[in-house]
This record gives sequence, structure tokens and C-alpha cells, in this order.
Amino acid sequence: MFDFLSDYDNPTLLGAFWMTVKLTFFSGIGSLIWGTLLAAMRVSPVPLMRGFGTAYVNIVRNIPLTVIIIFTSLGLADTFRVTMGSDDFKVQGFRLAILGLATYTAAFVCEAIRSGINTVPLGQAEAARAIGLTFSQNLRLVILPQAFRSVIGPLANVLIALTKNTTVAAAIGVAEAAYLMKTMIENEAAVLLIGAIFAFGFVVLTLPTGLILGWLSKRLAVKR
Amino acid sequence: MKLRKVSAAAAAALVLSLTATACGGGDSDKDSAAGSGSGGGDKIKVGIKYDQPGLGLKEADGSFSGFDVDVATYVAKELGYDADQIEFVETKSADRENALARGDVKFIAATYSITDERKEKVDFAGPYLLAHQDLLIKSDSDISEATDLNGKNLCSVTGSTSAQNIKDEIAPKANLKEYGGYSECIAALQSGAVDAVTTDDSILAGFAAQEQYKGQFKLAGLKLSNENYGIGVKKGDTETVNKINAALEKMVSDKAWDKAVTDNFGPANYKNEPAPKIGVIVK
Repeated sequence: MFDFLSDYDNPTLLGAFWMTVKLTFFSGIGSLIWGTLLAAMRVSPVPLMRGFGTAYVNIVRNIPLTVIIIFTSLGLADTFRVTMGSDDFKVQGFRLAILGLATYTAAFVCEAIRSGINTVPLGQAEAARAIGLTFSQNLRLVILPQAFRSVIGPLANVLIALTKNTTVAAAIGVAEAAYLMKTMIENEAAVLLIGAIFAFGFVVLTLPTGLILGWLSKRLAVKR
Repeated sequence: MKLRKVSAAAAAALVLSLTATACGGGDSDKDSAAGSGSGGGDKIKVGIKYDQPGLGLKEADGSFSGFDVDVATYVAKELGYDADQIEFVETKSADRENALARGDVKFIAATYSITDERKEKVDFAGPYLLAHQDLLIKSDSDISEATDLNGKNLCSVTGSTSAQNIKDEIAPKANLKEYGGYSECIAALQSGAVDAVTTDDSILAGFAAQEQYKGQFKLAGLKLSNENYGIGVKKGDTETVNKINAALEKMVSDKAWDKAVTDNFGPANYKNEPAPKIGVIVK
């Protein structure tokens, strides 16, 4: 029943899921950095930055991910020739997918972190200002460390969503899990079995993520 | 705590039973609609593709066009259904076997290549068209052999048989870009990001024949593989297979087949194979 799985070597089943993990990892890092910067902009005292942050979040999170991913390839790469440092379509697609996924996920990370900032009592920021910390010192030393500890749970949600969202990268030919699934469905005429195998693969990836981060969020929560 | 567990279990059971009954009801409806046999004033459901110009395309006004549609209409007529009794249903590649097994459609004419794996799940009538994997290139391109492809930029659809052929056999060194649909590939070809788009020549001819692309692209004329398009029928329904085969033979003999080919692929300079013999599969 499962013997057809060994017929695939470009990519293999494990290789495809490894690509999913790599996409999740790199776009997760990217969106965490960019999302934190966006959150800082949204709470900053400069109206222009606040405006940009608000506009970015509201525009990007309301565009379907498929549109963003297809645009990175069809628009950026094919039309504007942004080659991401490689002419090889495999490498190019991988990097474009990370760019698209990070761009999209950053909007959600930003909102999660901003909600974390709102959990920090106002007195903390006022005290920090009173002892002479600047806005960025205040954010780095006082607000964000507390904010991050309270949003591990919501960020785990975003990470799990991101893991599953990486399947959209198959639309521009990145050889991850959904890509292999399409190939198998085309050849084997066994949709339900193949679908079940890949669904199980994603549960194996996301369930531990949720459990570990859930445990961490309890452990690191700020006791107030 | 205990009470909460009990109520949760009860809720779960309720939801399960509700969904289960919903499924059952839906199935029996579909069976009665599709399995009502031939003839009479009933409708017939036929599976086609909605997104392949030249083969099966749903037009903006809701009408259908393409070679598969013409073949399906002719076959349905021979089975005793007029054009207005046909209900076309979209059957995407991944869903074709299940749509037949469930009885959602009576038969499927949707660029359905006859392969051994598929023959285990469904029965095939035909073949009604012999297609080949080919390349669509810009009119001024000089690609003329498969060996020219190594090092070139190619585009095909994710997971398609054509994409697999390129990677495994025809040109493993070609730089292959994969998109979710052929329209994206055609856009990449138009912008010059890729040198060629590859899939079945019938599909490519359909795209090249579209109004907005006329004169821009041509087929390279390479026969990289053989694709025998058959009409899929529910496994074990030999009666329908025989009827459809008779209908296809009649379609070829009264020249309706030639007309359908010219109408749908003509403008793309597509040199079609002669109509295939029923039951003869070209490997």
C-alpha cells in the first residue's frame, strides 16, 4: 500500500518535508525580525512610522498569500528580473518563497507583539521614561522583554500557521511537501491515501511545536 | 470537571452523528442524479476541465468550448442526450478517479491520459486523441531538438507528467521553473523569463490559438512522449465503455472528429495525428 513512496527521489518524502522545515525556519526568522520592527513602528512617537506600520499590516494581511507568492515569482523575478542572487530557478524559487512568506507573516507577528506590548502595565513605560531612558532604550530594555514573554502562545499560533502556509510555495515550484503531494497524486490515482500521508506529516511537524511552545509560554509568563 | 467531560463527549457524539447523516443524504442524492441510466428526459453529467483553452474551457458567459467538450457533446448525443441535457462538471486532475467512483459524473473527457495506474481505478473508452509532449516557444526562437534544452529555461506545471519527464529523462540539466497553472508559464514565456513552455501539444496549441497570443508563439514539433487521451468511465461499467467506443468510431467516420480538431487547434499550426484506433494505445 505504501510501497509507491520509495519511487520518488526528486524530492524524497523526507526531503520534501525537510524543505518545508527550512522554509518555515528561514521565513520564521525573517518575519520575527521584520514583525518586531513593524510593532516598534506602530507604537513609536513618530506619526510617519506609525502610519507606515498601520498601512503595512492592514494591506499585507488582507492580501491572499497565494497572490503574494505568485507575485514574487511572476512579478519580481520574471518581469522585474529580481533574481535573488541566482539564475537557478530552484534556488530562486526558494528565496522568493521565503521573501513572500516573511513579508506576509510579519504582519501577523507584528500584531501579536503589539498585543504583548499592551499587556505591559503603563507604569513600566512611565517609570522608564522617568529615569531618562530614550524611546528605543525603553522598548529594548523594559517593554519588549516583558512583551515577548507574554506572546509566546500567540506567536506559536502564527508559527503553526506559517508551517502550513509554506505549502503555497508549491505554486512557484519549490520542492516542498505540497509539491511532492501534487506529483504523487498525478501519478498514483490514490488521492485520499496520499492526502492522509501528508496531513499526518504536517501534524508530526506542528503538534510538537505547539506543545513545546505552549509549555514555554506557561513557564516564561510574567507573573503579575 | 466530570460533568464537563460528559457534556464534551455528548457534544462530540452529536456533531459526529450530524455530519455522518449529512454525508449519507448527499451521497444518495448524487447517486440518483448520475446513475439514472441513458435515454429519456434526464440530464447527463460529464466531467471536463474548465481551464484549458482548446480542450475544455468555461467561457466568461458560462458556455463551454474546446475539443474535449466537442467530443463529450458528440458522445452524449450518441448515448441519447441532447446538448441541453448535458451538465458539464469540473473535474480537476486530482479528482477524476474519485468523481467517477462516487458516480458524480457519467464519464470524463478531460485531457485524461490512459496509464496503467489509472486503469486500475477506472475504465477507459477510446483513445480519442494521440497527443505528444511538446514545447511552446516564441515565434522567433530557434529551439528545434530536445538536446537543445539542457541549460535552457523551461516552464511547466507543478507535479505534471510533463515536468517529471523533463527532470527524469528528456533534459535533466534544463533549468525548470514550475508554476501552478499553464497561464503563469505562458506569462513567463511572454516576458522572456523562460525560453519554452512544455506540456501536451494539444494543450499548448489551445493556448497559442487564444486571441491575445496569436502570432507570438509556435510549437517546436518535438514528439517527446505519447499521451493517449481516453474517456474515463466508472470501473466495471463495460456497457457504457462499449457505447462510447461506438460513438467515437462514428465521430471519426462522419468527419465530425476532423472538424473538432480544426476548430479548436487550427490557428496554432498544430499538426494533429490521425484519429487513433479504438483500444490501440501508443506507448
